[in-house]
Amino acid sequence: MKQFLSFLRKEFHHVFRDRKTLLLLFGMPIIQIVLFGFALTNEIKNSKIVVCDYSKDDITQRITEKIAASKNFEIKQSVLGHKEIEQAFKSGDIKLAVIFPSAFQTDLEAGRRVQVQIIADASDPNTATTLTSYATNILRDFQQDMQPLQHAPMNISTTARMIYNPDLKGATNFVPGVMALVLMLICVLMTSASIVREKENGTMEVLLVSPMNPLLVIISKAIPYLLLSLVNLIIILLLSVYLLGLPVKGNVFLLFGESTLLIITALSLGLLISNSTSSQQTAMMISIMGLLLPTVMFTGFMFPLENMPKPLQIISNLVPSKWYYTIVKNIMIKGLGFSHVWKETLILAGMTVFLLLVSLQKFKIRLS
Amino acid sequence: MITREVVIKTDKLTKKFGDFIATNEISFEVYSGEIFGFLGANGAGKTTAIRMLCGLLTPTSGHATVAGFDIYKQTEKVKSNIGYMSQKFSLYEDLTPRENIKFYGGIYGLTDKEIKGKSDSLIHQLGLEMQADKLVGSLPLGWKQKLAFSVAIIHDPKIVFLDEPTGGVDPVTRRQFWDLIYDASEKGITSFVTTHYMDEAEYCNRISMMVDGVMKECDTPSILKEKYHTDSMDEVFFELARGAKRTAD
Repeated sequence: MKQFLSFLRKEFHHVFRDRKTLLLLFGMPIIQIVLFGFALTNEIKNSKIVVCDYSKDDITQRITEKIAASKNFEIKQSVLGHKEIEQAFKSGDIKLAVIFPSAFQTDLEAGRRVQVQIIADASDPNTATTLTSYATNILRDFQQDMQPLQHAPMNISTTARMIYNPDLKGATNFVPGVMALVLMLICVLMTSASIVREKENGTMEVLLVSPMNPLLVIISKAIPYLLLSLVNLIIILLLSVYLLGLPVKGNVFLLFGESTLLIITALSLGLLISNSTSSQQTAMMISIMGLLLPTVMFTGFMFPLENMPKPLQIISNLVPSKWYYTIVKNIMIKGLGFSHVWKETLILAGMTVFLLLVSLQKFKIRLS
Repeated sequence: MITREVVIKTDKLTKKFGDFIATNEISFEVYSGEIFGFLGANGAGKTTAIRMLCGLLTPTSGHATVAGFDIYKQTEKVKSNIGYMSQKFSLYEDLTPRENIKFYGGIYGLTDKEIKGKSDSLIHQLGLEMQADKLVGSLPLGWKQKLAFSVAIIHDPKIVFLDEPTGGVDPVTRRQFWDLIYDASEKGITSFVTTHYMDEAEYCNRISMMVDGVMKECDTPSILKEKYHTDSMDEVFFELARGAKRTAD
């Protein structure tokens, strides 16, 4: 026990004396949350559009006003004809054009079918799709408002409700993603680097010659990073609640329990990396290339996994943070309990046990 | 030296890595309080031998006891009775001397009181009072090496293994370093030293010469010099190492 405490104290000295790394550790999640929360949002606000009104009647006027009132759109100008629309798109900053055909109101009141044309700049397909659906929604809303006046016999309308995230906030996706990313990165990178550093400095040999149990060496290496990660988690959650207004709907303790599980997974991965390398640089390269990239790509918070080709989807199952991401989303955003995440938890736990066994096995082999 | 207690005894100790025989049936004895030089060119098998004696490597065949304990079965007992200082500098640069002493004292199971007493006397002995609370990284190499040695024997081991402890250190500091080894020897701590410097070989009570994994000679420096009709250990070394087939490791 005494040995263990001495070792732990030493590890904390290492961590707290390395100011730059410490700053990075705590700065990174804060910056990422702020970036993802505000700058890199995928909602589209204030897109510039043009309206081309061939009818110029009461109804088109009201629709135009409704569009102008939406926070997603900003009507840059009203143009007269298709030629000018093309010009507006070419000049660059126009994303969408709404065109009302002539005799819009007359046709509508006579019960004929009327069409509003929407032209979107699809050079950025995602934006185009999103904007088109925003515009369609506004038109549908308007139509529903008019319903009582019109006595159209057949009119099927759809009502879409965005549950769990009614405002379609981008942050709901990113916060769990950033949590997964930060935990993976800190634990894997820092543990592997800190163990390999002992090898590089030759202190590992001295430790192995000492009566200290190698297992204790590993455990005391892991503990500071476990604690640091939990502190980081608290920071991320506080930021997400108070800065992004994204509350934790589910059980906070369950969330921390699951996070601890991911941390242990990451620590065993770090141990595995440190066993197979002997320089800090290699350890870092492996951690970054082999972990950061798959975590960002296959966790699902940046690129939807459903859209990926089948082989990539299968590969994504091997990435621990993918399962953690699902768990966190279920707990944090949907407010679900353990009964809904036990499958993912089991998979994550299985991965952890496997990684831990492999890395401890390797560690022992190296000692003999 | 005749009735001295034997602290290291090896009998045909062999380690093979695949086809490569790193150490080939080496047998020797080291006595209590002795300074035993372990010499050989790079790749001669010195480090392998030390690692086996420290319990870091399991021998392929042969027997050995260190501090009276079997290196196969009682590695834990062996480990608590030896100190070790590697050719790489083995203190933590981002800790102060005092913290290093505290740490190593801690992992060898010394009590807080013992550690306190030890670190005060050690820091005084090395003249490190001014630097005791500065980071080790800021100390000159010579002091680091002396501190590393003192830390390696903090738990009063029976034997201390020194793997090229004076690499890259200036002659004056090397001399001071050897004074520390002599002090330890007087306290009854056996030193098992590997070195490249032949002048250091002269400081040893007895030396052994490893060539290609085989122990060619094991005797006092004066007897060896007499045997090879020369008055410098350099000559003895060249004479023996000339037949070596292996070069750097």
